[in-house]
Amino acid sequence: MNIHEYQAKRLLQEYEVPVPRGYAATNSREVETAISHLGDDMIVVKAQIHAGGRGKGTFTDGYKGGVKVVKGREAALDAANHMLDNTLVTAQTGPEGRKVQTLYFTEACDIEHEYYLAIVLDRETAQSMIIASTEGGTDIEAVAEETPEKLVRVPISPTMGLRHYHCRRVAFALGFEGDQVKQFARILTGLYKMYWEKNAMLVEINPLVTTKQGQLMALDAKVSFDANAIFQHPEIQQLRDLNEEDPKEIEASKHNLAYIALDGNIACMVNGAGLAMATMDIIKSFGGEPANFLDVGGGANEDQVTAAFKIILSDPNVKGILVNIFGGIMKCDVIARGIVAAARNVDITVPLVVRLEGTNVEAGKKILRESGVALTPADSLAQAAEIIVDQVKNG
Amino acid sequence: MSILVNKDTRLVVQGITGKTGTFHTQQCVEYGTNVVAGVTPGKGGQMWEDKVPVCNTVEEAVQQHGANASVIYVPPAFAADSILEAIEADIPLVICITEGVPVRDMAEVRRRLYFHNTKTRLIGPNCPGIITPGECKIGIMPGYIHKPGRVGVVSRSGTLTYEAVWQLSQRGHGQSTCIGIGGDPINGTSQLDAVRMLNEDPETDAIIMIGEIGGSAEEDACAYIKAHVKKPVAGFIAGASAPKGRTMGHAGAIVSASGAGTAEAKFAAMEDAGVSIARNPSEIADALLRIYKG
Repeated sequence: MNIHEYQAKRLLQEYEVPVPRGYAATNSREVETAISHLGDDMIVVKAQIHAGGRGKGTFTDGYKGGVKVVKGREAALDAANHMLDNTLVTAQTGPEGRKVQTLYFTEACDIEHEYYLAIVLDRETAQSMIIASTEGGTDIEAVAEETPEKLVRVPISPTMGLRHYHCRRVAFALGFEGDQVKQFARILTGLYKMYWEKNAMLVEINPLVTTKQGQLMALDAKVSFDANAIFQHPEIQQLRDLNEEDPKEIEASKHNLAYIALDGNIACMVNGAGLAMATMDIIKSFGGEPANFLDVGGGANEDQVTAAFKIILSDPNVKGILVNIFGGIMKCDVIARGIVAAARNVDITVPLVVRLEGTNVEAGKKILRESGVALTPADSLAQAAEIIVDQVKNG
Repeated sequence: MSILVNKDTRLVVQGITGKTGTFHTQQCVEYGTNVVAGVTPGKGGQMWEDKVPVCNTVEEAVQQHGANASVIYVPPAFAADSILEAIEADIPLVICITEGVPVRDMAEVRRRLYFHNTKTRLIGPNCPGIITPGECKIGIMPGYIHKPGRVGVVSRSGTLTYEAVWQLSQRGHGQSTCIGIGGDPINGTSQLDAVRMLNEDPETDAIIMIGEIGGSAEEDACAYIKAHVKKPVAGFIAGASAPKGRTMGHAGAIVSASGAGTAEAKFAAMEDAGVSIARNPSEIADALLRIYKG
């Protein structure tokens, strides 16, 4: 789960990481209040969306930049009026962009140098990894690609945790001296504590800056949390912004279905994540485009199958549906009854191909055959994919 | 003709009195697995279904009933605790079926497994389990699709494994042992660990490895296969059509925003290691049978 920059910075502050003074706003009244809290000097106006590349982004009405440094309250208000409720397109949003529903106003500071600092869970070593660089403010993936020697990587054992020497090691590698070593150690200690206590998968400060006055400060922040651990953190759960999620995905999560919307027109409904991915792959290999990933899980019941059909059909792009079930513990006849009930409940107006295999497959096929539901049965996954791709292409 | 589990396996079920634990234990007992004990703290002394004694701790199950393998069906919040309890009871094989274990918990478990002279091999979490057909089934896979034989199967996915096993069985090829290593980013047994065990098993003649996007477990296994494996190996990777930066159902199945962990990179590693590739999930058994006559 991801959160907004202003939420991440509030968390950072709780862990004593210095950030510029700032205020969030979601409507014009809040915008005025936020701006009035800041001095009539340099002000940074930042669009809050869950995607990077905001500064270089363009709004759909042509207004350029989702992050603006402006002089004075008047100019800040003008920038805010352009951004709020406008749609921002960045390298990470896709061409449809994201509607900006929250703005964040902060004090500007005199930047001396920009650094990069992050802690991520490294799956290869099963440890936390501190990643730092003197090349902050830019795309860190590019730094990793072009000048890997400029990246400092320090693994942290999950049982031993962050020690002071880790902090010193990274601080010296970044070239800090004197008081800045101490400042950096405090920041890294707070950052690690937050990462660990809140079950984060990633905490990233880019850039971490030194000001002309010699202070270290986090100018931007990105945090993503382990979805499996969210139940332990109701305070983090509250930070979820449903505006940033596909409504179909929100609906699916209510029914415990793993659904991800994609760009194609052939919907699929599958049991098991691996088989669901493989079903998307085979649709593609026959020249079709999958409209979604959907795993109904190992114990899907009639209600879930019905909900799944409704979600699939709420996508106007869908021109055909492929159901692929390998009945294991979940028996094919149970699934077949679910499909029949769902088909009676939901008006399925596009071609439907069903492939059942596994436990009680004959009973399942019989139920489908005798139900009168308009569908094409298939015996193998390859055959099912071929049929649905053909039906969608040729009508 | 197997690795890790066989007819001598004496299983303890952690979470035996829960709904999931009860259902799947019934299936395993029916298959012929020797379930010697269950663990549900607070219910020690009871009998499960009039058949299996329930203990308060894993240690009791080991000392009083000689358990030498454990399967875990406890909820995600308590799964890591259950794994650690089994490790400290020196159980040689622990299989965690539970889905949704916090990854930070697994980082701690893995540290415990690797750096404390642990006697335990962990399989999972978030996996279907392990089966040596005809002898011992531990987990949630449907037993009847398997048949005894000489092909070893290792996979990160449940139903996709059933798909491959079913293809093999229908073509007359049985399996030595099938291991589901699970779909999480941090797990106990890697593709490489499983491939190495199957390679060293004299009763396994050929290997199928089924992977997914995300991480580098398949690349690591392929490097080993290239250097050490003479047995025929076939492979498939799920997720070639998955978008970047999205977690595809399994917590570990994600191509990072920077483009690491793609299906293409994994297929390329397989190609380089001489693995016979199924480009399509309905051809997994056929990919093996191109290079293995059985």
